[in-house]
Amino acid sequence: MAKLKSTLPNMLLSLTIICVCAAGILATVNQQTSGPIALSKAAALENAIKEVTPDFDNSPLAEAYKAVTSDGDSLLIYPATKGGQSVGVAVESFTMNGFSGEIRVIVGFDADGKLLNYSVLQHAETPGLGSKMQEWFRTDKNKQSVIGRSLADGNLSVTKDGGNVDAITASTITSRAFLQTINRAYSAYRGTDAATGATSATTDATTEATEATETTEEGGENE
Amino acid sequence: MNNKVKILTNGILRENPIFVLLLGMCPTLGTTSSAINGLGMGLATTFVLICTNTVISALKNLIPDQVRIPAYIVVIATFVTVLQMCMEAYVPSLYASLGIFIPLIVVNCVILGRAEAFAAKKSVFSSTLDGIGMGLGFTLALTLLGAIRELLGTGKLFSFTLVPEEYGALIFVLAPGAFIALGYLIALVNKIRKV
Repeated sequence: MAKLKSTLPNMLLSLTIICVCAAGILATVNQQTSGPIALSKAAALENAIKEVTPDFDNSPLAEAYKAVTSDGDSLLIYPATKGGQSVGVAVESFTMNGFSGEIRVIVGFDADGKLLNYSVLQHAETPGLGSKMQEWFRTDKNKQSVIGRSLADGNLSVTKDGGNVDAITASTITSRAFLQTINRAYSAYRGTDAATGATSATTDATTEATEATETTEEGGENE
Repeated sequence: MNNKVKILTNGILRENPIFVLLLGMCPTLGTTSSAINGLGMGLATTFVLICTNTVISALKNLIPDQVRIPAYIVVIATFVTVLQMCMEAYVPSLYASLGIFIPLIVVNCVILGRAEAFAAKKSVFSSTLDGIGMGLGFTLALTLLGAIRELLGTGKLFSFTLVPEEYGALIFVLAPGAFIALGYLIALVNKIRKV
């Protein structure tokens, strides 16, 4: 068959047919894969929840609810209960302040607000530097680990900012962002808890006071 | 028959898309921070390359010359999207680690380059062979580059620790290391081709 000439009807017809075929193929594949994609996403989330909370016998995914953090965002909270008793929660937290944008972390707290475990769901940090956060903050070395810490007496921050957590070597920005996700998770978790609502307010006040002091100090240094 | 074998092996060394043609540098430098990522990216590109070469070669007489580029891009984008959806559904972990580079296969020069330079002129069977050969060459180059960067950067190979991580030079995992490693590999391939 000879090659089609580049006349307007030929070009229109040819491109239209190709686009219609492409659309048909994509629609079919999308129909086939949308089920498995949703399943694999749900499975990944459920595994992450299992990893960060104590043994539970309910289905946290079905009982998830939204909670508001102290800075106005809302995060998803997955409550874990065993025999009707609350054993802890998993909070899906995020920040946009990573070195390369968004970091999503799922954080588990027990019923007393102690940090049980965390799992980084998604990040775009530098491989070999910021990407170490999945391991770094659970390694029991110096002040690296955040596991088992209680946030009731204030937010976590890196030692460079006067806090109590060692930042990842050469990745202070990532470390700050990571701790921010944890602080936000805790604030969302505590904010929803009516009984401890007062504690949350006090904590915020204390943090703000600390921040104000730091600013003053920094101002002094500059001068 | 000899001719067909030549088409198949052409892409592996003599006209290797990375080391000799220097096409598709962006995913090459971006995704090869580990051997497994390089291999995954290479295989994904190979799949798209084989499909597009075959289809474009089959359609070449139905596509008027003046609209051939848009037509090729639609075909390429279709296969990339199909691949993306399948990967997200069945190999989510690899999909997560390759991220944005999967949709960017659409603008990979190797694919449009082979469509324009080979598939638009040759028979369907030759074009499929060319797709396989070029794809294998691309995969081989990316895996090799990924393995070298992973080994020098972290002391691992396909995630198995060979030397303790403290001895790794971090720069090889980062972007500058990609350029350094690629430069030495191209020099080596040039030397081999001259012999």
